[in-house]
Amino acid sequence: MSDPNRSRLAPLALTATIVVLALGLEGCATLPPGELARGDPWERFNRQVFSFNEIVDKAAIKPAAQIYQTVVPNLVRTGVNNMFSNVGDGWTAVNLMLQVKPVPALNMAIRTATNTVLGIGGLFDVAEEAGLERTASEDFGQTLGFWGVQSGPYLVLPLLGPSTLRDTAAMLLDINETASNVLWKEPRDRNAATGLQILNTRVNLLNAGRVLDEIALDKYLLLRDAYLARRRSQIYDGEPPEDSSQSAPSPFKQLGQ
Amino acid sequence: MGGQRLDTVQEDELMQRRSWISALALGCLTGVLTVASPLLHAQGVAADAFVKQVSGDVLDAVRDDKAIQAGDVGRIRALVDAKVMPHVNFQRMTASSVGPQWRSATADQQKRMLVEFQTLMVNTYSGALTQVKDQSVVVKPLRAAADQGELVVRTEVRGKGDPIQLDYRLEKAGDSWKIYDVNVGGFWLVEAYKGQFAKDLSSGGLDALITRLTEKNKSLAAAK
Repeated sequence: MSDPNRSRLAPLALTATIVVLALGLEGCATLPPGELARGDPWERFNRQVFSFNEIVDKAAIKPAAQIYQTVVPNLVRTGVNNMFSNVGDGWTAVNLMLQVKPVPALNMAIRTATNTVLGIGGLFDVAEEAGLERTASEDFGQTLGFWGVQSGPYLVLPLLGPSTLRDTAAMLLDINETASNVLWKEPRDRNAATGLQILNTRVNLLNAGRVLDEIALDKYLLLRDAYLARRRSQIYDGEPPEDSSQSAPSPFKQLGQ
Repeated sequence: MGGQRLDTVQEDELMQRRSWISALALGCLTGVLTVASPLLHAQGVAADAFVKQVSGDVLDAVRDDKAIQAGDVGRIRALVDAKVMPHVNFQRMTASSVGPQWRSATADQQKRMLVEFQTLMVNTYSGALTQVKDQSVVVKPLRAAADQGELVVRTEVRGKGDPIQLDYRLEKAGDSWKIYDVNVGGFWLVEAYKGQFAKDLSSGGLDALITRLTEKNKSLAAAK
């Protein structure tokens, strides 16, 4: 923590490196385009990490989330959730700006400002009451995708779950902007806040996880396909083209048309 | 993007610029640069009205029923059977989820597959419904051509937190419509099941898949 600038720049450099790597992978791909977007060349490794994650979740994270849900009053949990979401809204606004979508960006910026000031640091979602509805969240991975960076291979991260090479790179930047890192300076507070954020996220996913378990014949495949389809859809703002050969648009090609 | 500029009042430059900016913003929002007037598509309105009515019916029923909110599986199934299933072209969903092997299957295989898959689908849908609390469904304006027999209706489920994308593929069925695919958060159900079915289909054919689904459904029923 001696040089705060340096600690903020390191992830940026790493992100840039991986993005360049991902671009390079796209460039020299000998596979037909569709195969790479859907492909899972690291499936063996991914499945192992997936099993590890499932075990950790079952043994620790899920039970902890269930306890959190039972012990902590609903009002407090809602406040915690609102606070994390509010910082997320700010980061969404930044990414919308980066994607040259000024209207929704402004909407989300006003939303965050309103909740930060009138909602006491985001504890209350006053903006929602005022009719300022949330647009779908945006992160740096989507911004990269918007500008044509393909997803690269699917990658399951230890503890963090489904990702791709591109989204992993982008996440190193996203992590800097999570509520725990924006609102708290001391490492000890940050770690506590990160723990809280994990619990909060996991509680939100308790029901979804149950549904997944019920319908999946192969949970790994279902999660992978769902993640890749969802990311692609997010990048195209909910309306990806039918031709699924690309995981992200090529804006420069479109401009030429 | 120039083609998107609407032929608005030439003399009022400000007005023109404003409409251009809003069209551009809309274009950015949706990624597609066609702004279709709903009035032009009399038949299309029927499709989104259909989706609005069906989803509204289901949400209202869930909201009014304490047993469903508490997770009463029997009640949820009854609701899905009564309000959702009549509007689904289940045969088509199954056929496209199975793929080429569907056509070479015997009538008996097809029948068994339909039964097991339907059970799984009702389970899927019921599981999703237990999460409904105070959500509302916003149907987005249609952008399909009016004379299309098949089109996509896009909706958004709004509640606390991020809005959830929920789209429907519809086909014309007489005066009304039938659903033949559903998209949850960017993921089409048929696509999802294709991925789930592929391994069993390629290793043991349709019979292996039916056995697997039967086991899955049995274990689900036992868990409840």
